[in-house]
Amino acid sequence: MDFDAIVVGGGHAGCEASLALARLNHKTLLITGNIKNIADMPCNPSVGGPAKGILVREIDALGGEMGINTDKSHIQLKMLNTKKGPAVWALRAQADKITYPKEMLKTLKSEQNLSIKEAIVDDLLVKDNQVYGVKLETKEEITSKVVILTTGTYLKADILVGDKRNPGGPHGEKEAKNLSLNLKKLGLKIQRLKTGTPPRLKKETIDFSVLEREDGDDILRCFSYDTTPLYKVNDQVPCYLTYTNATTHQIIRDNLEKSSMYGGYVQGIGPRYCPSIEDKVVKFQDKERHQLFLEPESNYYDDIYLQGFSTSMPHDIQELMVHSLKGLEHAEILKYAYAIEYDAIDPLEMKPSLENKKITNLFTAGQINGTSGYEEAAAQGLMAGINASLKIRGLEPLILKRNEAYIGVLIDDLVTKGTNEPYRMLTSRAEYRLLLRHDNADLRLREYGHQVGLIDDIRYQKFQTKVKHIEELTAKLKEIKILPTETILAKLNTSPILDGITLYDLLKRPEITLKSLISLKKVPGNYTEDEILEVEIAIKYEGYIKKALKEAQKLKELEDVKIPSDLDYSKVLNLASEARQKLQQISPRTLGQASRISGVNPSDLAVLSVYLKRSK
Amino acid sequence: MSDTIASIATSLGVGAISIIRVSGVEAIKIVNKIFKGCNLEKVNSHTVHYGHIIDNTEVIDEVLVTIMKSPKTYTKEDVVEINCHGGIITTNKVLELLLLNGCRQAEPGEFTKRAFLNGRIDLLEAEAVMDLINSETDKERKMAINGLEGHKSLLIKKLRDDLINIISNIEVNIDYPEYEDIYEVTIEDLKLKLAKIKKNLQKIIQEANDGNLIKDGIKTAIIGRPNVGKSSLLNRLLEENKAIVTNIPGTTRDVVEGNILILGIKLNLIDTAGIRDTSDEVEKIGVTKSLKLLEEASLILLLLNNNEPLNEKDKELLLKTKDKNVIIVINKNDLETKIDLNSLPSKNIVSINTIDESGINNLKEAIKKMYNLEKFDNSNFNYFSGTRQIAKLKECLNIVLDIETGLKNNISLDILELDLRNIWTILGVLIGDAYDEELLDELFSKFCVGK
Repeated sequence: MDFDAIVVGGGHAGCEASLALARLNHKTLLITGNIKNIADMPCNPSVGGPAKGILVREIDALGGEMGINTDKSHIQLKMLNTKKGPAVWALRAQADKITYPKEMLKTLKSEQNLSIKEAIVDDLLVKDNQVYGVKLETKEEITSKVVILTTGTYLKADILVGDKRNPGGPHGEKEAKNLSLNLKKLGLKIQRLKTGTPPRLKKETIDFSVLEREDGDDILRCFSYDTTPLYKVNDQVPCYLTYTNATTHQIIRDNLEKSSMYGGYVQGIGPRYCPSIEDKVVKFQDKERHQLFLEPESNYYDDIYLQGFSTSMPHDIQELMVHSLKGLEHAEILKYAYAIEYDAIDPLEMKPSLENKKITNLFTAGQINGTSGYEEAAAQGLMAGINASLKIRGLEPLILKRNEAYIGVLIDDLVTKGTNEPYRMLTSRAEYRLLLRHDNADLRLREYGHQVGLIDDIRYQKFQTKVKHIEELTAKLKEIKILPTETILAKLNTSPILDGITLYDLLKRPEITLKSLISLKKVPGNYTEDEILEVEIAIKYEGYIKKALKEAQKLKELEDVKIPSDLDYSKVLNLASEARQKLQQISPRTLGQASRISGVNPSDLAVLSVYLKRSK
Repeated sequence: MSDTIASIATSLGVGAISIIRVSGVEAIKIVNKIFKGCNLEKVNSHTVHYGHIIDNTEVIDEVLVTIMKSPKTYTKEDVVEINCHGGIITTNKVLELLLLNGCRQAEPGEFTKRAFLNGRIDLLEAEAVMDLINSETDKERKMAINGLEGHKSLLIKKLRDDLINIISNIEVNIDYPEYEDIYEVTIEDLKLKLAKIKKNLQKIIQEANDGNLIKDGIKTAIIGRPNVGKSSLLNRLLEENKAIVTNIPGTTRDVVEGNILILGIKLNLIDTAGIRDTSDEVEKIGVTKSLKLLEEASLILLLLNNNEPLNEKDKELLLKTKDKNVIIVINKNDLETKIDLNSLPSKNIVSINTIDESGINNLKEAIKKMYNLEKFDNSNFNYFSGTRQIAKLKECLNIVLDIETGLKNNISLDILELDLRNIWTILGVLIGDAYDEELLDELFSKFCVGK
């Protein structure tokens, strides 16, 4: 074998996968069409946001790179939803589109076990349904124990603008034309998806004075648990807001049939949560205006990204549309908006380890699996890298549960329900979101990161200290009592008590904060802000957290019943026919996963559990 | 299998003793919570105990409880069997209490399934278990559909629509906080919505209870002032009914004059002797007694005389019954009309005379319509139990109370919304509608967000 692992594609999934493999001491080759586009951000210049920000924290907790790299390269940082409960706090960064890829490439190059090669992969080398390498466009063959495909939107990609369709990926890069044909030949199911991106505008041509300004937080923050802030509050770059108006809408309606989408030039299915501006105007006719965001792409060049204005209109119409917007009357378009169509596999053909069911040792991650977004891609890339390594080492795969991580929700959704539109992580997809918070990603996942080998002893020790401090502080709060006579109650502006009460119980009152108890010297010891926050959330939301844990326990009982992957469902009598067909297709790993398949009813689960018990 | 399950083990026939079976680690503990008599947690295995099932302080039924401890039981778990004597309504009530105290309603065939999983039944029998699960599920499915046919199902659907509205709005506020154009749900909005949800839940529960009444007999009172024709109507109804079911012990605790079947619906006529036999003593009975009678009745047939204008007593009765299920029966329609029909508060009016057939038939149709029974299949009466549905609805109501507490404690909307989602899910299961993409569909069809 030439390598232990080959990763095809240098986007966010590919970077995480190859870094994980290389760091776990596997000789790894990363193949990319163009080394300049490694960790490229072809769409919005931001990382994080609701749900996605928590994905980034989880990636960091497990030992991935996205959080650390964002900390090195953002130009604005903001915690969202701070007025809401801690379960939905989320960090979002405006990443610098020059710095981010540059820093990532530096990190990749510094890994001893990692080689990078510029090439186009045409085919997989497969024998007896097992992959053993790749074949390049140049006919060169490279062998490896595992292959990870992270091809993004490049599989048979077409760029669409108006009635024009041109083969090629973002930045006019060459598409991977033959690979998806050959995957089809290998028996994989291929589906066609679509996404789009808005125009970029020249900064000096925008009249910012008439636009609403949006600044970053004035508190320094980090994505990674292991970095300290590298930026200054005042160095952050602002974003701006503008809105569409009646004129814009009229232009769009008048020219609707000229767009790729409405002219009937698109086959792929686009995501509901990323509608083009045409879609918004057509589907929400009552809305007088739509909000748009002007986001700076980098400190090193002038492009402003017009978020919310994705379109597949021809260039001349885009000009009219942009110039109808307030503040953008004279804006120069540096890069026109476009829609892109690409091939993806059917995620139902993957195991929860992200290994393909039909072809052994082949893993896939990112947009090829039907997802959308840098964070979703990175999360899968990391998991594919980890599980490929575990496979090489002959160990059981790491499969995160829905109550352990957004990553678990993401992958479980993909392999259980499939997707027919690009899948985006949303808070509402996580039924245990109270457990899956921004603040506690390390408490949930760092142990796994250490076991797998991506979190070294130094980082792990730091984590253990934090855990110890949290336990210690909680114990102290349960121990220390205050009496009705103490003046502290008045100082805390809280109502009197009849009997002695522990600080733990006192903290349950909405008006009391742990910080105030500490500053009044009621609790001895030195604790970090993170530790204090962790303890406070656990106490204040104890009732709700307990309820979620109880639900999670029910899930665990079902998850603990494993289903053999070779189970022949035609032998299980009494299953409803719809359930039988779905179970055969998806081949769930556990009874819990089976329970989430639509069309599998409680009676089918009962029948299945009896059958499993019997066949033991 | 860590939870404790309960179910009525006998078929729900009229008048039989019914047995409720409870199985699981907490079986004895839970039954003990609602049992008044000895402490069941301290008794020996395989013993029988006399006592009462109580709801707080109210006695529900007089029962015999059999305690069987693991492993020598049907399921190999702790098993408790409760012999109820109070008829269908009380048996359902006992089951409901168990469900509210931590039991889960057993799935069809689940006791047998547990017996198998715990190694009590051998392989051959396992095949039979799966057959059983299937046939029982089928039966239950049919019954569940019947049970929530039409009206109630619509109410629940509407309630769910209401819920999904506010839920998707809160979700959009979470996932797209930067959109200033999107309405931000406030605590006040939730409070308003919650009050409405609570009211509707209570209404549905009330109606679900009515559903049970139908299967068990509707407590019916015929009232009216002296000489208006109550006795004649009663006798006419009784006469016509060849299939009179006399006072069956255990069906109801009320003193029942007689049970009659009308178009397949059983009416338990409450003894209104006080009013009927001593008609000239109406005044003596006083407001309290008649009020109590009205309170007990689920259906009231209020008789008025066609031949006379409304008098004070008529008006008083009309007023007292205005919030009840009442059918106003205008008797003596063969005589000259002197009553002013337009002044009556209810539109539910049937005009009869006790000699003519057609008026009586109209009355029967009116009763049938009132209980929305067109689609109800008589043959299922013996099987159907709405207890599970009622328990689920009450669970929803309890969650509403939790949310109210949360509001008092300044818990943020995104957390309270999780409870709203629970209610939404439970209601979805009730009407067989738990499509989990529904939320996202709603979210993206209603709110315009994204790049």
